[in-house]
Amino acid sequence: MAEIQTQLPAGPTTHLKLDQDGAIKRSLIAVIALYLIIALALPLYVMLSKSFTTYSFDLTRYEFQVSDEAGNWGDPVTAAALNDSLNIASKADLGTSSDGRFTAVDLFPNFNFRSKVKYRIRGLVPDAPYLVGLDLQNSMEWNELDSNTFRRVSLRPVRDIGFTNYRTYFSTPSLFQSIENSIFIAVVSTILTVSIAFGFAYAMNRSLMPFKGTFRLIATMPILVPSLLPGIALIYLFGNQGLLKDVLMGESIYGPIGIIIGSVFFTFPHALIIISTALAISDQRQYEAAESLRASRWRTFWTVTIPGARYGLISAAFVTFTLVITDFGLPKVIGGQFNVLAVDIYKQVIGQQNFEMGAVVSVMLLIPAIAAFVVDRMVQKKQVSLLSARSVPFQPKKNPRFELICLLWCGLVALFILSIIGICQYAALVKFWPYDLTLSLNNYDFDRMDGGGWDSYYNSIQLGLLTAVIGTSIIFIGAYMVEKIDGFKTGRSLFQFLAMLPMAVPGMVLGLAYIFFFNNPSNPFNFIYGTMAILVICTVTHFFTVGHLTALTALKQIDREFEPVATSLRQPFYKLFTRVTVPVCLPAILDISIYLFVNAMTTVSAVVFLYSTKTNLASIAVLNMDDAGDIAPAAAMGMMIFYTNAGARILHTFISRRILTRTQAWRTR
Amino acid sequence: MIRKTSILLSAFAAVLMSTSALAETELTVYTAIEAEDLQRYADAFNADHPDIKINWVRDSTGVVTAKLLAEKNNPQADVVWGLAATSLLVLKSEGMLEPYAPKGLDKLKASFKDKDVPPSWVGMDAWVASVCFNTVEGEKLGLPVPTSWKDLTKPVYKGHVVMPNPASSGTGFLDVSSWLQIFGEADGWKYMDALHENIAAYTHSGSKPCKMAAAGETAIGISFAFRGAKSKAAGAPLEIVVPEEGIGWDMEANAIIAGTSKLEAAQTLIDWTITPKAMTEYNVGYAVVGIDGIAKPVEFFPDNIEAKMIDNDFEWAANHRSAILEEWAKRYDSKSEPKS
Repeated sequence: MAEIQTQLPAGPTTHLKLDQDGAIKRSLIAVIALYLIIALALPLYVMLSKSFTTYSFDLTRYEFQVSDEAGNWGDPVTAAALNDSLNIASKADLGTSSDGRFTAVDLFPNFNFRSKVKYRIRGLVPDAPYLVGLDLQNSMEWNELDSNTFRRVSLRPVRDIGFTNYRTYFSTPSLFQSIENSIFIAVVSTILTVSIAFGFAYAMNRSLMPFKGTFRLIATMPILVPSLLPGIALIYLFGNQGLLKDVLMGESIYGPIGIIIGSVFFTFPHALIIISTALAISDQRQYEAAESLRASRWRTFWTVTIPGARYGLISAAFVTFTLVITDFGLPKVIGGQFNVLAVDIYKQVIGQQNFEMGAVVSVMLLIPAIAAFVVDRMVQKKQVSLLSARSVPFQPKKNPRFELICLLWCGLVALFILSIIGICQYAALVKFWPYDLTLSLNNYDFDRMDGGGWDSYYNSIQLGLLTAVIGTSIIFIGAYMVEKIDGFKTGRSLFQFLAMLPMAVPGMVLGLAYIFFFNNPSNPFNFIYGTMAILVICTVTHFFTVGHLTALTALKQIDREFEPVATSLRQPFYKLFTRVTVPVCLPAILDISIYLFVNAMTTVSAVVFLYSTKTNLASIAVLNMDDAGDIAPAAAMGMMIFYTNAGARILHTFISRRILTRTQAWRTR
Repeated sequence: MIRKTSILLSAFAAVLMSTSALAETELTVYTAIEAEDLQRYADAFNADHPDIKINWVRDSTGVVTAKLLAEKNNPQADVVWGLAATSLLVLKSEGMLEPYAPKGLDKLKASFKDKDVPPSWVGMDAWVASVCFNTVEGEKLGLPVPTSWKDLTKPVYKGHVVMPNPASSGTGFLDVSSWLQIFGEADGWKYMDALHENIAAYTHSGSKPCKMAAAGETAIGISFAFRGAKSKAAGAPLEIVVPEEGIGWDMEANAIIAGTSKLEAAQTLIDWTITPKAMTEYNVGYAVVGIDGIAKPVEFFPDNIEAKMIDNDFEWAANHRSAILEEWAKRYDSKSEPKS
């Protein structure tokens, strides 16, 4: 480099030469982009193509020959010709699932199993599967059968590509009804959650009410439990043996009511954080202007407060909508007969082994999730331009009556959250609800239940730690590459797109896509199927986006001058990265890792398709124990997850504080 | 105490196995046997065959079946021990089972083995439908104890009956397929139409209705007898009703997966699973086992159960499964009325 500079005069255009440093950086970003392609893009592509894989009976592939009672054979005739002449099965009837059967005697209206007539069947092409009884046959040789055996012959479907699955989906009312159900639930829950969270956030930011710290602590509790837990709590509160059953006045908690109450519980903290941030940045000067214009409080609220927070409200609404519509645990536990999309995927895949239909429902679920995501991104872009450097932070004034209302509102919300968690702990300790209410630890004897026992709990902790460590490294290095390297523009924007995509992909869809992609013997990554590795990869990918955004925000705070300075001092970038970037961003890095840990402990949707007997997880155990009717042990395991996450949170706060005082001294003067 | 002994036993077995480590074969066995029985069965087997180590892969019937089907072209299991016969029939129709006539086959009841020679699967014990009735809730709500399937359609039970969804639960499917066999197809569907009016919920798993009845969450749960007996033993106020028209059943059955590289060990295991000794182990929880004259009454099990078991046509059920489920889903899968 030095030689070049001596030879050339300084000019305005300099071409960035790829030095060794740049090569390392580019290969690093390539590795992480490759990770996202393998762990996200390819599985989704395979799933999409799976939804077009159809099964149908191809009658042209079979030929029959029938004898008379004396045993003289007639002319061979194909199944298709028989069907055409008799009009037995329409084209739609021939479409089926991979498990379909077509009874051969349906093509012979005069069939009688007592007659002496004999039948022959053969395939006309090498792939023409049929069953005699339950024995799979697939041969081009004639197979001769007497009448009584021939009635046990059924044709099997062959694979094809087309839109049949989608046609079946939309002609099955019980399936497409779920779209309406899912949207209904999501819209109602969103309206409720955003209103409640707005009230809570308003009280926290705009009043001088006491106990703010306590309320803030309680408000974030729902993040620490799997979404299955509020479902279980609602059964104990409002189920047929529930403590507060009469409150529902005869309505059943199993169904939309239960799903909506539970959804409000588990989405509340997410909405609260977003709305709180929006309310916190409001400008004192606007309120002073309103006051000097003698606007009433009510008018000020609608013309200043709400418009100021509108982007936060919209964003909170879309986040809540996505969380509810993609959630699987809650409707599974308390949905009763009210079908929603996420549960349909599970039912199709686990219940009926109809993987193709599962893929179709996944596509249906992907559409609203992506739509919500796109709108949210557009809104968020506008939010940034709203901030102004001259803003003066809002200072709430004393107003006892207002504070009392705030206290009541927050008190009610806190009571709701605490009673959901409290009832689970109580139910977990009761011997035999509702007939024997003495306390015991029987329900913690997980080894005697379905779901994998205590091992699943330790597996979950292992998954949480691995996800936190590996995920944080991948996410942070990826974000660093996007933010801090020069050139390579297309690669970087492709990477940015891939990094944002997981936010829009529901967990159920990701999990199913992983089955299709990784459980394929010809895939070189097939060996990770059924191991802890696939669970870690899936979880990291599932929660990639939030971590990525957190890391980007932190990196943006570091001056871009650091990189050129390091280069001019001939320091390799990794030295800068480890000596400056990582220490400066340590709070963000810790935030990302606790976020990944907590979510790995509570996630159900993606991993439900991927766990194996050796890698059972605590959250899955909650699901399976509830499924088997062991509701109290399910509550007990759910509470174990809660305590573990709470412990991790406390540890995180403690470590953060210590590290902050040691490494972030530069922040204070 | 029992747990302690079993730990001791398995420790003992482990010592035995380590001494014969050279001759040891490991078998990957897929199963849906209840978690609490698994170790006991393995210990009993290892007492006779310490040289074969069993690596269990356990999950619910639906999941194990899905797993086996998914691995169709690349099987990971050597043996299936304790999976619903209807599931094994599906595997057989995919050509995934290795036919084998185990020693002692002739002692097995005729209904407990595949009719082909050599058979592709052999049964171990029967798993029979029953109705769990919560007597405390029944009294509170003024419900009489039902004695037949038809009773359950009476208006008095409206909203008090829970049954498993046949699409996701093996128990649910055996109920539906048995009603179609008992009442005939047309009347069977008519029966389910009437029953649907009384159903409060269709659950995903087959044991849940009985556990819900045990907890009083519902008054009546259509489930299976084994579950009812267990809950009753745990102190639930249950009466286990065997409907008089007859009851559907399935069996837990065993088979060798075609393509296993450890055929000899797999055959040894299958031989053992139908010995009288194995049957005695199954009898601890199940009242009906594969060999006549072995079973002793099981506590809290209804005693007339074997007489009430219908002559179940497994082949018919397996080959009509997808058509039955499609029809069922069309009629009942959504609480809200289908829009046309």
